[in-house]
Amino acid sequence: MKQPLVMLCCAMVGLCACAPSATHHNTGVYLLVDTSGTYNRQVGKAEQIILFALSRLQPTDSIAVARIDTGSFSEKNIIAKATFDDRPSTANQQKRAFASRVERFIDESTPAPYTDITGGLLQAIEFLKEKDTGRKEILIFSDMKEDLAKGYVRDNLPLDFKGFDVVALNVTKLRSDNFDPRQYMERLDSWRARVEHAGGHWRVINDLDRLDGLL
Amino acid sequence: MSMTSLLAFTPWPPLSALILLILGVTALYLARGTAHQAIHALFTMLNRGFRLASHAVSRGQARIAARNREVLLAAGREAKERIIEREFVRVGDTVRKDLAGYPDMHRRLSESIVRIEEDQQKAVEVPPEAPGWAKAVETVAKLGNGKDGTNILQDIHKSMVKAHGEAMDDYRKASSERHALLRRMMPDWRAIQETLGRVNTSVESVLARSMTIDRHMEEYDAMVRGEDHAVAVLSSSSVVYFFISAFVLAVATAGAAINFTLIARPMAEMVGGTSFVGDFRTADIAALVIIMVEISMGLFLMESLRITRLFPVISALSDKMRVRMIVITFTILLMMASIEAGLAYMREVLLQDELATSSVLRGDSAAAAAVNPHLWITTAAQMGMGFILPFALTFVAIPLETFVHSLRTVMGVVAIGVMRAVALLFRVLASGSRHLGTLMQQVYDMLLFVPLWIETRMAAAAAAEAAEDAADAAYGVAEPVFRPDPHFAGKRHGPDEAEALQEARS
Repeated sequence: MKQPLVMLCCAMVGLCACAPSATHHNTGVYLLVDTSGTYNRQVGKAEQIILFALSRLQPTDSIAVARIDTGSFSEKNIIAKATFDDRPSTANQQKRAFASRVERFIDESTPAPYTDITGGLLQAIEFLKEKDTGRKEILIFSDMKEDLAKGYVRDNLPLDFKGFDVVALNVTKLRSDNFDPRQYMERLDSWRARVEHAGGHWRVINDLDRLDGLL
Repeated sequence: MSMTSLLAFTPWPPLSALILLILGVTALYLARGTAHQAIHALFTMLNRGFRLASHAVSRGQARIAARNREVLLAAGREAKERIIEREFVRVGDTVRKDLAGYPDMHRRLSESIVRIEEDQQKAVEVPPEAPGWAKAVETVAKLGNGKDGTNILQDIHKSMVKAHGEAMDDYRKASSERHALLRRMMPDWRAIQETLGRVNTSVESVLARSMTIDRHMEEYDAMVRGEDHAVAVLSSSSVVYFFISAFVLAVATAGAAINFTLIARPMAEMVGGTSFVGDFRTADIAALVIIMVEISMGLFLMESLRITRLFPVISALSDKMRVRMIVITFTILLMMASIEAGLAYMREVLLQDELATSSVLRGDSAAAAAVNPHLWITTAAQMGMGFILPFALTFVAIPLETFVHSLRTVMGVVAIGVMRAVALLFRVLASGSRHLGTLMQQVYDMLLFVPLWIETRMAAAAAAEAAEDAADAAYGVAEPVFRPDPHFAGKRHGPDEAEALQEARS
C-alpha cells in the first residue's frame, strides 16, 4: 500500500516541478513624450514609435505613454497605460483601444513651457517597478534638454536604473547645438553617465526608420 | 634539468654527450634481459586481454543471435498462426454460407429434376397407328372389276384421306405439345446450371483457400523446426517492415505537426499565451497533449477492434466490454475532432484579428477594413483538416505496432553486426599487440647494436673455439688438421703452422 502512495507523491512532486515557472517573460515599456516648446511638433513621430512598440508587445506585457511637461512626476501625465491580457484576442482589442487613445492625445497635444525629464524618469521607474515585468524599457522621445520651472527640485535624486534599458529616441539638435556641438555631446554624455551610474543601460536611436533593435 | 646543463659536466659538450651515450647504452645493455621480459609481459598481457574481450564479445553476440532467432521465430509463429486462423475463419464462413443454403439448393435441384423427368415423359413421341385399311383394300381388289368394288374402293379412299388428315392434325398437335414441354424444361436446365456453377465456385474457393493454408502450414512447420531459411525470410521481412513502418510513421508525424500548427495558436486563448513550463509555452504543450490523447484514443480503438495487439489486456477483454470500449473511445475521438475543428475555426478568426490589429498599428485602416470574399474556403479547409486529422492519426496504431515489433529484430541484427565488428577489432588488436611486443624488443635492441655486435662476435669466437675443442676430441691428435678459422675468414694455416700447432698441443 505504501509503494503506490510513494509513487503518487513522487508524481505530484514531478508535476509541481513542471508547473508554469515563475520567471517573468513579459516586457514593460514606458514611453515619455516630450511636449515642451518646439519639440511638440515632433509628436507625430512619437505616434509612429508608440504604434511600433504596440505591434511588438505580447500578451501580459505592459505599456504606458506619458507626457514630459513642466512637472512630469505625476500620474496625471500618463496619457494611456495598459497591461495586456493573457489571451491574444483580448490583447489585440486592448492594443487597438490604446492606439486610439494615443491618436487622440497626438491630435490634442499642446506645447508645455518647461521640460521635466527627471520627473518623468522617476515616474517611469515607479510604474515599471510596480508592474514587476521581466524586461523594463524606458523610451524617451525628447531632445534631452531639461528645463525646470522655478521651484522644481530634481538635483541629486536617487534614480535606480538597475535592470532598466533607457533609450533616447529622436534626440534632435537645438539651435544652440548648431553653434556649439559640444553642448549636444555633453548633454547626451551627461544622461548616459547618469543612467549608467545608476545601473541602467543607455542607448540612443535617432534614425526612426531603423527601429528593428528596439524591443 | 636542461640539455645544456646536462652536457656541462665536462668542458666539451660532445665529449659529455659521448660519455652519456656510452653510459646509457651500457645501462640499456645491462637491463636488456629484464627490459625484454617487461616488454614481453606487457604485450602478452595486452594480447590476452584483447583475446579475452574478443571471446566475450563473440559469446555475447552468439547469445544475442540466439535470442534474436528465438524472438524472430516466436513472432513469425504468432503472425503465421494469426494468418492461418484467419484463413480457417474464411473457409469456415464460406462453408457455413454454402452449407446453410445447401438444403434449399438441394430442394430446388430435386424439383427441377422432377419437373424435367415429368416433362420428358410427357414429351415422348407416340408412334403413329398402323394402317388397318391395307388388308381390306386388298380383299376388295380381289372381288373383280365390278362397279360395287369400285365404289367401295372410292369410299375407302375417301375415308383414308380423311383419316390421314385427322392423323396428321393429331400428330402436329402432339408435336407442338412436346415442343412446348421441351421449351418449358429450359429454365430448369438453366437453374440447374447456375446452381451447379455456384457450387463449383464455392468448391474452387475452398480449394484455393486450402492450398493457401497448406502453404502457410508448411511455412509454419519450417518455423517450428527453426530452419535457417525461415529465420532468414523472417529477418528480411522484419527489416522491410521496419523501413516501411518508419516511413509511414514519419508521414504520420508530419500530419501530427500540421495538426499541432492548427491548434497551437487558439490554445493560447484557453491556457494563456505567455505562460511557460520550462522553456516551452504552455499553449504548445497543451496542443501537444491533445494530439497525444487523440493518438492514444486511436490506439485503444484499434486495440478494441482487434486490429492491433499492442495491449494484451484489451485483447483479453470480453466482447461486451470491448464494444463498450469501442463506443467510448470513438465518442472521445469524435469530441476531440469536433474540438479541433472549432479550434481551427478560432485560429482563422484570431489570425484575421491579428492582421487587422497590425494594419491598424501600421496606420493602414483600409487594409484593416478589407474583407476577403474567399476567406471561407481556407476556414472550411482548416476546419475539415482539424476534424479529419484525429481520425487519420488513429491509423498510426497499425504502423506503430509493426514498427515496435520489427524494431526489436532490427536492433538485434544491428547489435549482432556491431558486436561482430567489435570482436574482430579486438582480435586484430590482440594480434597487433603480439607483433608490437616483438617489434618493441627489436627496437630496443636497435639502440644496442654496438654491444650486441660485440657480443655476437664474442659468442661466435667462443663457439668456434668450443667446436675446435670438440673436433680435437673427436679426431684425436694423430694427424694435423687443416681447418679454416671462423674468426679469420680466408686465412688458412699452412702445413708448417699446422705442425707447430700440433706440437704445441702435444
